Amino acid sequence: MTVGATHHDHVSAGQSRAIRYLDIGGLTLTLITVVAAVIWAFPLYWAVVTTFKPEHEVIRPFIELWPQTFTLESYIHIIQNTRIVRWYVNSIITSLSITFLVVFIGATCGYAISQLRFPGRLLLWWMVLASFMVPIQALIINHFVIMANVRLVNTLIGIILPQLIAPVVVIVYKQFFDSIPRDFREAAMMDGANEFQLLFRIYLPMNWGVTTALAIITFIGAWNAFLWPFLITTTEPQMTVAVGITTVQDAFGVYYARLLAGAVMTGLPVAVVYLLFQRRVTQAIMLTAGVKG
Amino acid sequence: MLKSRRSEALVALVLVAPFVIIYGWLFIYPTIQMVNLSFTNAPLIGTGEGVGFDNYERLASDRVFKTAVWNTGYFVLLTVIPGTIVALAIALMVSRLRGYLQSMILAAFFLPFILPVTVVFLIWQWMTDVNFGILQYLLEPIVGEKVAVWRRAAWFLPMAALVTVWWTNGFSILLFLAGLRNISSEIYEAAELDGAGRWRQFVSITWPLIWPVTALCLTIQLILQLRIFDQVYLFSLGGRTNQTMVLVQYIYEQAFVHNRGGFGATVAVALFLIVVIVSVLQYQALRARGER
Repeated sequence: MTVGATHHDHVSAGQSRAIRYLDIGGLTLTLITVVAAVIWAFPLYWAVVTTFKPEHEVIRPFIELWPQTFTLESYIHIIQNTRIVRWYVNSIITSLSITFLVVFIGATCGYAISQLRFPGRLLLWWMVLASFMVPIQALIINHFVIMANVRLVNTLIGIILPQLIAPVVVIVYKQFFDSIPRDFREAAMMDGANEFQLLFRIYLPMNWGVTTALAIITFIGAWNAFLWPFLITTTEPQMTVAVGITTVQDAFGVYYARLLAGAVMTGLPVAVVYLLFQRRVTQAIMLTAGVKG
Repeated sequence: MLKSRRSEALVALVLVAPFVIIYGWLFIYPTIQMVNLSFTNAPLIGTGEGVGFDNYERLASDRVFKTAVWNTGYFVLLTVIPGTIVALAIALMVSRLRGYLQSMILAAFFLPFILPVTVVFLIWQWMTDVNFGILQYLLEPIVGEKVAVWRRAAWFLPMAALVTVWWTNGFSILLFLAGLRNISSEIYEAAELDGAGRWRQFVSITWPLIWPVTALCLTIQLILQLRIFDQVYLFSLGGRTNQTMVLVQYIYEQAFVHNRGGFGATVAVALFLIVVIVSVLQYQALRARGER
């Protein structure tokens, strides 16, 4: 009896010690995590807070984590003295066009490969898979030559066209359409629906989440694209905003508040899209990495 | 029956047409043209004469090309493995948290990933500015002086790698988090009952079970970083680019700056082959692992 009680006491003392140990260890880890996150995000904070300082405060030789005089000067300056508004419009037009076209092209092609039998189907599928390996950056010279031949250098269409190659969208749609039970298809066929109605009224709406995820990630990618828009636009009025803000640098030298105000304006739309659709962005990244979520 | 099959093929043709046209015109055709161009001395725009394998012979003895290959490999080494380790560490830390705290912490680590490269460039140019950059407060006590990190060859690629890891790590973090979520908590509970501590649990449970995700991250990062251009180009603006040259940048310089389309295409073919060979090797390695 006594032995049993002692034994019981031992266990509970051991347990409570373990719990206390865990709590301290766990708390320390949480604290480290928070500190690491703050350090990781600090460059973002530092850039944003700099844009609200007047230029003479920016270059003072000590660290000020908050502006002494809060001003929107740099934003006003960059809107008035650069073509950033024009670049913004260009970015919106090209990004939305690329998003719509990539999703449309990917959905129709993915549907055909998944649901229809036609000569060359397997060949097409293998080529889509193989194109994953090809570095699109190797094609910049020939893309430029093609665009020059059809006189699309320095045009928005010229920016859009090479960015329409997105085999991964075809792959994702094919996989999702594959997993829809044939019953749906046969029932709709009985009711006299044709292939286009099947795709746009049944298959696409059933995968609306996938479409949203792909559209969001395509939009972010198109908004952020640098190499191709940078090569194909040599005149300022046709630039996208991500390319345009690097030309501001030449004009201003080291006026960091203005430069960073341009950067904040450029990054804001994608940051907002991410914060609004966090779960969809995560899903899209899983999808494009080949992890079906 | 025959008629319905023919109409099915016709519908399919209409549906795949947009993709096939774009793909043929802007993917297959330029790939073939790239190879053709590499056998000529053409400028960027305009025609040149066939020169056989001259460009390839020149490439083999080209010093800057060797530097570019070396730098690209060095950059891959600096980003892929350290980046993956950091991503795993962050994912482990974030996966312990719950609720709002987790979303906020994850957003802090992930947000850089969705920003355009030019924004990342401007932020870090400001962070590292030789006169006013906040990072100089950290570097000065260690190095003994302010460091123009983008003007010193020894600093350039490691710093570019640091910025790249900061920028792109969100991607790997998400993959790791999904992988960690798939490990059943029962395994950890059982291990805890057996008295296994945190480190023991990581070594015996987490690491072996997360290895497939680790392999995926390494694969994706490797292929991605071989194509490095944007950051390296932007940070090298106004400096001596020959020392910090990477492969895609060399294609750009030869074709678009020096107007040597033919030779630029030769560099592009080299990049193309390197990426395809690495991809195939990696695919084989992963498949061998899967079949074992």
